[in-house]
Parts: sequence; C-alpha cells; structure tokens
Amino acid sequence: MNNPFIYNNVDRKRKIIALVGNPNVGKSSVFNILTGQNQHTGNWTGKTVENARGRFKTKREEYIIVDTPGTYSLSPLSTEEKETRDFLLSGKVDLIVFVSDAELLERNLYLCLQLIKMGYPMVMCLNFMDEAKKQNIEIDIKRLSERLRMRVIPFSARKKEGIEELKRAIDDAAVPVPMKLSENKSPEELNKIASSIAKETVKREKKRKVNTIDKLLSSKIIGFPLMLLMLMIVFWLTISAANYPSRFLEELFSYLENLLSDFIMLFGAPKVFHDAVVFGIFRVLSAVVSVMLPPMAIFFPLFAVLEESGFLPRVAFNLDRPFAKCRACGKQALTMCMGFGCNAAGVMGCRIINSKRERLLAAITNCFVPCNGKFPAMIVIIALFFGGSVSSAIGLGLIVLIGVGFTFIATALLSKTLLKGEGSSYVMELPPIRKPDFLRVMIVSLKEKTLKLLLRAIKVAAPAGLIIWGLANVSINGESLLTIVSSALNPIGKLMGLDGTILLAFILGFPANEIVLPLAIMGYSGGSALMSATSGIGEVLMKNGWSETTAVCFLVFSLLHFPCSTTFLTLKKETGSIKWAFVSAVLPTVFGFALCILINFISKIFQ
Amino acid sequence: MKTILLDELKPNERAIISKMSINAEIKKRLMDLGFISGEEIEFFAKSILGDPKAFLIKGAVVALRRNDCKKIRVSRIE
Repeated sequence: MNNPFIYNNVDRKRKIIALVGNPNVGKSSVFNILTGQNQHTGNWTGKTVENARGRFKTKREEYIIVDTPGTYSLSPLSTEEKETRDFLLSGKVDLIVFVSDAELLERNLYLCLQLIKMGYPMVMCLNFMDEAKKQNIEIDIKRLSERLRMRVIPFSARKKEGIEELKRAIDDAAVPVPMKLSENKSPEELNKIASSIAKETVKREKKRKVNTIDKLLSSKIIGFPLMLLMLMIVFWLTISAANYPSRFLEELFSYLENLLSDFIMLFGAPKVFHDAVVFGIFRVLSAVVSVMLPPMAIFFPLFAVLEESGFLPRVAFNLDRPFAKCRACGKQALTMCMGFGCNAAGVMGCRIINSKRERLLAAITNCFVPCNGKFPAMIVIIALFFGGSVSSAIGLGLIVLIGVGFTFIATALLSKTLLKGEGSSYVMELPPIRKPDFLRVMIVSLKEKTLKLLLRAIKVAAPAGLIIWGLANVSINGESLLTIVSSALNPIGKLMGLDGTILLAFILGFPANEIVLPLAIMGYSGGSALMSATSGIGEVLMKNGWSETTAVCFLVFSLLHFPCSTTFLTLKKETGSIKWAFVSAVLPTVFGFALCILINFISKIFQ
Repeated sequence: MKTILLDELKPNERAIISKMSINAEIKKRLMDLGFISGEEIEFFAKSILGDPKAFLIKGAVVALRRNDCKKIRVSRIE
C-alpha cells in the first residue's frame, strides 16, 4: 500500500504515531516538543487537510509522528474529521497518542472512548496539568489508567514536564488489552461511561468561573472599545517596530545590489542584461522583501499570541451577530482581522471556518480590509494632503472602518447572489483564557506564515520586476512603453479622479501593494528604475497635477482594488478554483472604480 | 417536569438538558460537545450584542446562537 510517510527504507521500519485530540488541548505543542526542528507540513492524512509530520527519538527507537486536526469526535461531519477518521482506519497507524486537556477531562474522554473502540495501542498525554493545578483540579492518574487500560502521562507543554515519561510510555505501548466496548455504543452511552470515569478520577473544588477578562470582553460598555484597543495596539506595534528592520533591509539590499552589479559586470555581460537583472528583477525583489518582511514577521506572531491566549475566539463570539445577519459566520471577524496584517494570511486563515460556503465568503471578501502593504502609501498621502500625523492616524482609522463596512456589504451581496445559502448553525467553543507559550507560537507562525508567504511573493516579484523594467526602458519613437501605456490609460484614470500613470502603477503593483507608490513616482519622473518613495514625493505629485480629490481617489482605489498576486495565488489554492480568485479580484475593483468615479464627479460639481 | 427553552436560562442558573429539537447535523455537533439529555448545563455569558450566548457544559464553554438556543429544552435546577 502506498504510504506517504515512508520516504526511505529506514522509514519503512519506523512506527507511525498519530497525535489525536480535541481542539485547543495543545497537540501542536506536544508535537513540537517531541519533534523539534524535525518536521514538515503537508497533506499527510488526507487530500485537503494539511498536517504536520515529523520524527523523534526515544531511548529505544525512532518514530514518525503525525499531527491530526483537533476534533471533537470521529463522526464525519467536517472534512478534517472525515480525513482523520479515514486515516486512522487505514491501518497505516501503529500507535495513537491521545492528547487531553486536564481541565476538560470528562469532555475529552468522549473522543478517547471512540478511539479505544478502534483497538489501537494508545497512550494518553494529559496536558495542561499545570493549569489544572491552578484550578485545584486533582486527577487520580492510577485509577484513570486502570479504567482506560492505557498509560496516562501527566504532562505540561509549557513547563516541559512529562516528556521522558511520555517517550517511555510510547516505547512500552505494546499490543493493547482494550476496554471491553461493544460495537454499538450510542453517544448517550459513551457519554455515561465518560461521566462515570470522570466522576471516579477527577476531583475539582470549584467550577470554571467567568474570568475577569471574559467579563470585560462581554461588557456592553467596555467590550468593543477593549477589542478595538487590542487591535490598535497590534497595529501600532507592527507599524512602528517594522520601520527599523525595513530600513536596515533597504540598506542591506542596496549593498547587495552593488555587489550583484559588480559581479555581473565582471563577466562582461551586455549592459541590457545587467540593467534588467540589477535594476529590474533585483530591485523590485528587494523593494518587496524589505517592505513586506518586517511587518509580517511582527504581525503574525502577535496575532498568533492573541489566538492562542483565547482572546480571538471571544472576538468572534462578539462579532457573530453582524456576520450572521450577512449569512456568514462569526469566525469571519477573525479572518478579517488577519487580513489587516496580510490578505493572503487572512485567506489562509479561513480554514478555521467549517462551512464551505462561509469559508468562501470570508476568503473572497478578505481583501476589502487594507493590509499592511497599503498602510505606508496611505499614511504618506494622508500626511501630505490632509495635515500632520494625528490626522494620519484618524484617516487610517477611517479607511479601516470603511473597509470593514464594505466587507459587510460585499458579504451580504455575495450571500444573496453567488453564494446563496442559509447561515449554518454556529457552535463554537471558547477555550479558557491561558497565557500562551510565547516563544513556540511566535516561531511556528514565523515558519508557517511569514516564510511561506514571502516565498510566494518573491515568485511573482522577480518576473514582475523584469516586466516593469522592460516597460520603462524599451522605447518606441523616443517614448518608453511605460509612457505609452500610461497615456493610453489616461482617459480612464481621469474619469476616476486619477491619471494613467497612477492606474498603471496599480496594475503593475499587482505583485505587492508596497510598490504602487514607488511605481507612480518612477512613472512621473520618467525614471528607468524603481526608487524608494520618500523624499521629495510631495513636489513630484504636485508637479503632476495631484489635488485633494486625486489623493482621496487614490486612497479609495488603494483600499478597493484587486488583491495582490500573493493573495490571488493563495485564494486559488485555498478555494481550489480560479473562478473564486477572479471574483475576489473583480468585486473590490468594481466597487473602487465606481466609488472613484462618483467622488470625482461630485468634486467636479462643487468646483 | 416543567421545561424552559435554553434561551430563557438566566445568569447563574443551572439546568438539565431535556430535549433537543434541532437539525441532525448541529445536533450531532452539540452531542460531541456534551449536549446530551440528562447533562447539566449552566449559563456562562452573553455576547455584547446579546447573541450568541455561551454555556458551561462538561467543564467547557460553548457558544450557541439564540436561534439554536430556542430549540433546546431544559429543566431548571432550583
């Protein structure tokens, strides 16, 4: 049988462990602790769901371990559960490590019992023992182990306690003597067994109380402002902290560019080749990376911390109602927030939404909120045309709110047309508010999101750089192609309150929103290569006829136009069809186009 | 025993789940989370806009839309 885990002959001899458990029990932590750097992500257990796979060593042997998506039961209600179940039934698994939350043992036992029925050797990793201790929960490990007929290892991923015992238990897990569980136990009966085991083994003094943070987040007065405040803090941290690394990278790339230039000239390559590679490909590439990487590397980890701490589920809880009115799901609030960091990441984040229709709604409308890449240009333009930095902050806030508003409009619209359907019933668990394992969360998010997206961005930025250079440097009758095309686009641009150069800049800015303004400057100054959009930008714009209307229309179109190539590719991959990627490109562009024309028209009337 | 809708459960009140007249898919999902006849459930929190509501069940907090809360019958524990 074709086994995707078997990479080589040595692997063939290795036992395969499946890590199974409810969502939020810390499976990924356990996985990371065991495998360290030795892991990859991919679609290991099925066709669509991505999992992590890795290797780890015990004193006795080396194992392959596969992380499965968190699931509440093995009934095939969602794609993840179906694929997890199929994977477990496939016979490829040698041992199951069941990760359970010590604070929620009774509920976790439900899935555990279902797994026991399958007859695999099992070991229970009882995680969050440190949290349970804080809540005065005592668990009789010995009794639990007897009732379940498996080794139960008290574990704390955060304190890194229990690792050696877990490894030993895995080594020792021989052919099991499973509990006598006859085939057809109804959910009610399983529930009763889980309850009885829990009663015998768990002693808790006080029930889970409403955390102070919970109280604050559901308060009518403080709730929304508090959520907004947290979001603003994340933004502010991202924007302000990203400046220094961005500048550093710019200088680094400048230095590297000179090296590259010297290197190529050393080989006596023709000037055309040199210029195309250095000023075209390399320069656009470095512009994209130096502006994209630092914000991503800050925003994603911060966001992941909010997620792991339990804060984000409460945001989804509070914002479910407006989304429900648009026939969408509260989790869209979360993916929308992710979109502020990077639309591509927001789209990827839509995996947390169960219903396919609602997932599509969230993914397609994600680019209606401005991403980090749009902020720099917006801030510059607002500051130039509408006064100092205070108005920048207010202006940005306004744009964000408009983006959110349009998200709702677009979602409602799609719900009534292309993505018709009833809102799915919405059931969501609010995990306990816990201090997350900061280091692990940040490192994982860096690897998983930041690097992945950066690579995708680079893939498009390089060829795009070549095209941009080509347009700027190939001339027909003394006019560069760039000028010719932007002249051709001028009528449309003017209709929108912009001009051909700006429009072309948006189009060529498809690889990354960050280069739109630099491209416009390049176009205006007849330059042959991209330059950074900092000094003297005000004069260039004024000289080329920018008015306040132009600025407003620029901001509007910047907010409402097709997503960048990275997001577009991500959409295609996540939705599985290029049709939806196109819808997400056309929808905001149409809105932006119409709104710009309207604004231009109104401003002309009042002139 | 007198039953009320889950939606009518007030803060600090506990109840026993009696009957769930809800569509099969969500019923299964709820059962996975511990919503089973005879199980104890307690009001936990209401979202800022009043909908959804969160309940404590089997030690975990689960959020449910009010539409669905109105399809579950429970009997209050006095």
